[in-house]
Amino acid sequence: MKKQHHHIDHQPPRSAQKLLLWFLRDDLAEEVLGDLDEKFYSTLHKHPVKKAKRNYWYQVMQYLRPFAIKKIKSKLINQTMVRHNFAVSFRHLLKSKVYSAINIGGLAMGMTVAMLIALWVKDELDFNKYHDHYDQTVQLLRHEQVSTHTTMTTGMGTLVAERFADHFQRVVMVRGRVESRTLAYKDLKFTQNGYFMQKEGPALLGLKMKYGSQNGLAEINSILLSESVAGKLFGDIDPVNRVIRMNAEWDLKVTGVYEDIPGNSEFADASYFSTLDRYLKDRSGLDVWSNYNMYVFGQLHPNSNIHEVSELIEAAFAERMGKKMDGNTGFFLNPMREWHLNSEFENNQRVTSKAQLFVWFYAAIGAFVLVLACINFMNLSTARSERRAQEVGIRKTLGSARSELVLQFYIESLLYSFMAFLLSLVLLSAALPWFNQASGKHITEPWTTPGFWLSAVGFMLLTAFLAGSYPAAYLSSFKPIKALKGTFAGSKRSSLPRKVLVVFQFTISIALIIGTMIVNNQIQFAKDRPVGYTPEGMIGLKPATPDFNKKLPVVYEELKRTGVVASVGASDYAVSTTRGWSGGFEWDGMENTRNIAFNTISISYDYARTVGLEFVAGRDFSRDFASDKQGVLLNRSAVETIGLDNPVGQKITRVSDWKAPEHYTVLGVVEDMIKGSPFESTSQSIMFLEQRDMRWLYIRIAPEVSLSQAIPVIQARFNEVYPAAPFDFQFTDEEYAGKFEAEERVARLAEFFSLLAIVISCLGLFGLASYVAEQRTKEIGIRKVLGASISQLWQLLSRDFAILTLIASFIAIPLAYWVLSGWLADYEEVRTPMHWWIFALAGIGALGLTLITVSFQAIRVSSANPVNALRSE
Amino acid sequence: MKETRLGDFEEVILLLVGILDEEAYAFKIAEEFESQTERSVSIGAVHSTLNRLGEKGFLTSEMGESTAERGGRRKRIYSITASGQRVLQESRDFKVSLWNQFPAFASGNLKIEWLNL
Repeated sequence: MKKQHHHIDHQPPRSAQKLLLWFLRDDLAEEVLGDLDEKFYSTLHKHPVKKAKRNYWYQVMQYLRPFAIKKIKSKLINQTMVRHNFAVSFRHLLKSKVYSAINIGGLAMGMTVAMLIALWVKDELDFNKYHDHYDQTVQLLRHEQVSTHTTMTTGMGTLVAERFADHFQRVVMVRGRVESRTLAYKDLKFTQNGYFMQKEGPALLGLKMKYGSQNGLAEINSILLSESVAGKLFGDIDPVNRVIRMNAEWDLKVTGVYEDIPGNSEFADASYFSTLDRYLKDRSGLDVWSNYNMYVFGQLHPNSNIHEVSELIEAAFAERMGKKMDGNTGFFLNPMREWHLNSEFENNQRVTSKAQLFVWFYAAIGAFVLVLACINFMNLSTARSERRAQEVGIRKTLGSARSELVLQFYIESLLYSFMAFLLSLVLLSAALPWFNQASGKHITEPWTTPGFWLSAVGFMLLTAFLAGSYPAAYLSSFKPIKALKGTFAGSKRSSLPRKVLVVFQFTISIALIIGTMIVNNQIQFAKDRPVGYTPEGMIGLKPATPDFNKKLPVVYEELKRTGVVASVGASDYAVSTTRGWSGGFEWDGMENTRNIAFNTISISYDYARTVGLEFVAGRDFSRDFASDKQGVLLNRSAVETIGLDNPVGQKITRVSDWKAPEHYTVLGVVEDMIKGSPFESTSQSIMFLEQRDMRWLYIRIAPEVSLSQAIPVIQARFNEVYPAAPFDFQFTDEEYAGKFEAEERVARLAEFFSLLAIVISCLGLFGLASYVAEQRTKEIGIRKVLGASISQLWQLLSRDFAILTLIASFIAIPLAYWVLSGWLADYEEVRTPMHWWIFALAGIGALGLTLITVSFQAIRVSSANPVNALRSE
Repeated sequence: MKETRLGDFEEVILLLVGILDEEAYAFKIAEEFESQTERSVSIGAVHSTLNRLGEKGFLTSEMGESTAERGGRRKRIYSITASGQRVLQESRDFKVSLWNQFPAFASGNLKIEWLNL
């Protein structure tokens, strides 16, 4: 028979049979193997061997069904045994609550920090991914000589849009900076930031529309609002087709409402989008080649190459601009994925950005903290488990297999790391708001992200595995007789890695303590500088309304009549900025070649009194003298720059190309004011008396009136005078405090990390100390019997650790000095000295901490009754 | 208490066991299913269903003889129990009664065909 012939030639695949027998219930083996054989040979009858074998595999896989699989009853995974293991682990956990709490708490802290940092890093890496055309969106950049710029002329944008229409799906010009405008509806008015852009903008950015459509910017007088602004203006209704008023002059129809753009987007601050036409109206057209005021964004076709298009654009501009474009100028497209982390340029080359460095730095810290926490966890678990040598001995004597002991230790470490994981989730949700505030982020809780759970649980299992490995492999290998006799002892060599770890941890801790102190010193140093004016008890605001200047005299009068205001003044630039510079000043004895720029601002009568300028000499502008209109105030730096010995009454001339020279008399000299960064030296400045072109209003509240009483009174009167302008004031002292924000952020994070490093280091030390104490119990017992005092024993146990800390100090101090010199080098003008005592304090502090941590163990062991320690011999 | 209702696939398998009689073992039933329905099925799937039907009490089984194609291994022959017969009957009666209530087929050939079955 033909069939018989096949029998000899071909057999069902052996490995498939093996697999089947491995999982299949034994009692089914005969019938199933028979059936599958029959199937195999019948398939072979009609099909090639390959197919028959493949089918056999398929049939085997199809037997992976609950009814056919062996019931689990291997020795290793015995259910009763596992339950017993958990029970024993749990009893151990409860038996030494302090140990367990320290161990679990330490690991949980490490996990929390790692999760926070991972979320932060992910947030940074996901920057701008909210936008639909993330992969295709580009921005046109230009570089000139050494610097790179983002603004273009409208002519450039138009040229790109027209000439390269087949490379771009859309090209959109956007007014080249965020614009702060007043949006008003009925009685509600708010100052908001937003952009003016061409009609394809919303589609380019992929705005998620709640009401209306992405085509909302087709008509000139239209505006799209963010969900939160629409909510503030209109409440919870669909505001499409309602009309709002911008800056008290333009009526704009709301054509759509978009979901708020998340914090990790370049356009996060955009609470409205209006049309570019509206912005340009009465200014200029779309083909101007001299005014650099536009951003140009584009969405490339998926098959267009960004580099090729960049080169084409460059060539087109060279042709259009002719000889004006020398070798230094160039144009290129910057893809959206590079905007946030990779858009710093030096000499026309992309360089590693600060933002990118921060991401690496944070990721490194996160990994570092996590590894330290893990190693500590392992150390503590190991130190604890060595006490259990006897338990291992008894278990072995009673016939426990090694695999069961291994399982016991793994289950124990799984239990611990699972509890740490749960705790870390609680800590994470508690710490996230704080972390967002400290880092200036808007990270949401990750509970619904599968990736988060996957990596978190994966990490938990890995920790459990690593932490359980040492006790599992090492302790389970004991000879029961030795373990029961208690002669077990770790070798000298096995403690070396622990010592290195302690030195390592303390090096980092000490360096971070020094860093925190110096950062705080630097902030305090800048805060202690004389401000030159009085930010407290004063509010400032910039009323965006066309009739601001006209009604200034009225508002002065009205506010003073309220009785809650001490004085009112106005200026063209804010007291908290260094804007407004000009040159062209001449004075007697001036060296002709010099044309020095001064910070020049225009101020009103009473401005000096309102802001609280401190007069060194002379007097303020006074309404009593008409000639004061030709007077100026100088600050101390200006007097030094000019080189005047007796400045009051001296003449200064302002020359310019377009009008006759103007002569001024110095009326008074004031202290330097910190207007810009408090970490930079103050600039020389000249103040002129002016009544027109003011933008800022400053109100000093009467000292005897409380702010909460004064503000509503002032607001009511302000609204009467300027019904169109919102009363968006700011407390000047809060604004001043804001100048320290970046540094204080560094300080807060440094504090956080140092605290954490200290806690983790102490945990590591605690683990090591308890381990050593355990090892030397008998030795100490004998010493005590022979008459050693507690303080001698304390010295004996603490000395080694003190030495480790000292070694750490010697490494940490130069390291910290080096890193902090680099940080302080950025502050050329205002820099705190690095006092030697800071370094000494950090070292002594660490030593003190070490001794306290170790003493806890040392005293416990040395005050114990030696009988207990020696009895087991 | 075990589930005693009959699924569609179960019903077909149960019928096939009846049809194949002495030859009703997993491999043959799968083959018969494939040739009658022109749908493919794995032996494992059939075996699993046979097992389930056994648990429900509709089938019994015993080991039969061995053949050369099976490498000398015996096969498990299934046969329908009394309750298996009853549940098949009920299932058919239920369907017939449904067909009779279906206006388009309430009279005519279909009914006769069913009765002749």
